[in-house]
Amino acid sequence: MADDMKQEPAVERRDNPVAAAAEDDDARRMVINIGPSHPAMHGIIRIMTELEGETVRKAEIEIGYLHRAFEKSAEHVGWNGVMPYTDRLNYVSPLINNFGYCMAVEKLMGIRPPERAEYIRTLMAELSRVGDHLTCVGASAMELNAFTAFLYFMAARELIYELVEDVTGARITIAYGRVGGVRADLPEGFIPKALGFFKTIRKNIAEVHGLLTRNRIFYDRMRDTGVICAADALDYGIMGPFLRSTGVAHDLRKAEPYHMYSRVEFTVPTGTRGDNYDRYLVRMEEMEQSLRICEQCFKQMEPGAHQADIPPEYIDANQMVDAAKHAQTECLIDREARLSPNMEGQEHRHKRQVIADDKTAAMPSLGKTYGNIESLMNHFMLVMNCHGIRPPAGEAYAAVEGANGELGFYVVSDGTGYPYRVRVHPPCFPILASLEKVLVGGMVADIIATFGSVNMIGGELDR
Amino acid sequence: MGRATEILRARFADCFLDAHEQHGDETVVLRPEGIATVAAFLRSDAELQFNVLMDVTAVDYPGRTPRFEVVYHFYSLPRRARLRVKLPVPEEQPEVDSLTPLWKSANWYEREVWDMFGIRFRGHPNLKRILMYEGFEGHPLRKDYPIKKRQPLIGPMN
Amino acid sequence: MGLKRIVTRVFGDDSFVTTKLDAAIGWSRKYSLFMYPFVTACCGMEYMSVSSSHYDLDRFGAAFPRFSPRQADVLIVVGTISHKIAPVLTRVYEQMTEPKWVIAFGVCTCTGGFYDNYATVQGIDTLIPVDIYIPGCPPRPETVIQGIMMLQEKIQKQRQEY
Repeated sequence: MADDMKQEPAVERRDNPVAAAAEDDDARRMVINIGPSHPAMHGIIRIMTELEGETVRKAEIEIGYLHRAFEKSAEHVGWNGVMPYTDRLNYVSPLINNFGYCMAVEKLMGIRPPERAEYIRTLMAELSRVGDHLTCVGASAMELNAFTAFLYFMAARELIYELVEDVTGARITIAYGRVGGVRADLPEGFIPKALGFFKTIRKNIAEVHGLLTRNRIFYDRMRDTGVICAADALDYGIMGPFLRSTGVAHDLRKAEPYHMYSRVEFTVPTGTRGDNYDRYLVRMEEMEQSLRICEQCFKQMEPGAHQADIPPEYIDANQMVDAAKHAQTECLIDREARLSPNMEGQEHRHKRQVIADDKTAAMPSLGKTYGNIESLMNHFMLVMNCHGIRPPAGEAYAAVEGANGELGFYVVSDGTGYPYRVRVHPPCFPILASLEKVLVGGMVADIIATFGSVNMIGGELDR
Repeated sequence: MGRATEILRARFADCFLDAHEQHGDETVVLRPEGIATVAAFLRSDAELQFNVLMDVTAVDYPGRTPRFEVVYHFYSLPRRARLRVKLPVPEEQPEVDSLTPLWKSANWYEREVWDMFGIRFRGHPNLKRILMYEGFEGHPLRKDYPIKKRQPLIGPMN
Repeated sequence: MGLKRIVTRVFGDDSFVTTKLDAAIGWSRKYSLFMYPFVTACCGMEYMSVSSSHYDLDRFGAAFPRFSPRQADVLIVVGTISHKIAPVLTRVYEQMTEPKWVIAFGVCTCTGGFYDNYATVQGIDTLIPVDIYIPGCPPRPETVIQGIMMLQEKIQKQRQEY
């Protein structure tokens, strides 16, 4: 009797397999693994999604595939040696990382860079930001199959790279910031060239606006997908364009101005609905504002009246030694010994550092190092292993507005020439943490659109 | 001394250890037991309004006891103010209460501190490694972990 | 393997027909490279630049990336490989069908770069065989184009399997 009763339900289910399957949750769900090596050329990340049909029911994100031990390496290479490592954090906008780190160390040491260096930092950071947004919007458009928009933005990015190369010498990994200033001044003819390029970039952005902004397919895929509300965004600690698209108008450049942002006018574009389309619009508008900031910096910087422009007075090396031996040192002030024809060109602007006049942090110029014994000793102490820059023991936190949000550097010094601890607060880390919630309820195809607008940069996320 | 330091010193005198304001950053040092209540207070207080947990990290001081220091960075969006909270955590019992019930951001930050330093967070829903591969042994950011240590995952050639 | 066996049996191993057939197959293979860009880090930016319109990769026949290992010829490993992603790289390599070549793009894939630490694989040749090494951090697009041309030369001259 008991056996018969146990048999009956099984017979019923066999008669109606669809109904049986519909009751069995596990059978309907499928686990799909996206990544780590996937075509959305943003880096390596693994999203394990549990799908019910096309809808995402659960998403688990695994990161760490590009962990390159930045924080540990920083403890072994010395304060200035960290600079190339910071380039490779957010590698699409490396200048912002450089300057963020320099700001943290300058805070520890109490150094203020000169005004010209601050202007140069502002405009180079904004150029970097334009490059980052071009890459982000271009790549995310490409993933939605708008390949033309990608190619147009890559062409615009080449112009940015050319400008960056003129100033720093390299396209992407530039190591341009120095504690106390920047490594080199702007070269001759940079400003008219940049203004010409900005015209082309603006035309390019307008073209892509025409291609994408009112495009039916793009709009349908981006509108109301990847939605996050402002309260959730703040709960996750998200800043940057992601937060601004939800309606919170918070930008570190306006909230806690650093560099020369208090002297330039720009607006902070804010979205309303916190979806992918708003983030796209926020980024496009931010590019325009960044170009505007650069143009204002060009106007406000002193065009040429800077001591780097005036070549030093050279005297013959033998004359200098003779005068010094006779204790006639008044004629030697502010003059350098010309030792070799190899030193020609050192008086050009773009060969000279624009840096604070602080012996503990700034390397003396080439001419002074070879011509002047104090500068030679200074140079030696700054370059020697285990010496170099030695901030006093303490800790400081400095934050800049990165392209993704607040890029913070927490540096701890123990007074030696090696950092004790360098911690990077990566802006896209909390954004990816929130993705586990944002993706749920959307479709598989929305994952691609959302992921593109997140602008995940592996170097920054995994450090 | 900043406003937050005064309020915390008055209200949580039992877990208040130290405070400083080096380079303009308001910092307080508290006992590890008190972090959950203090954090809840920081968030809900109408005057302080620290509504964003910006960062959770740790620093290893092997020379002194307690060895670790867990560092929290709080940010108040309406007041644009920052606060750093440091908790000295001993090596024998590296455990701190998790802030995941209060802020969702704490989830991944605390996983990273566990991965890199080996400090456990009580009450964390999913405390597993986030940056290193599964099966990695050791906690890399501790000062006694050699930077050039080679991993067995690949093989002897590496 | 079937066609090659027939050809070598009929014409001999190093005869005129075999070598010319090898050269013809090499010519066709080198001008239709399907890359699998295994992009991880900063070198990816230079890879994007080199495949865009300014430094065009399309003129080498290498325009379209194939994001399936079964359909790709060239595994171009772009950017640092950490220990966590290394098993994935080996699996992708093993899934590729012959003939296949590997380009190590960027100094992190050649030797580990300046990431001499616990998390980075010191050169992908500890994992998979590499044909072309393109050093640079990141290499300029012109260097990458030179690397692709060297690969093309290698493909042309090598003994083909078909």
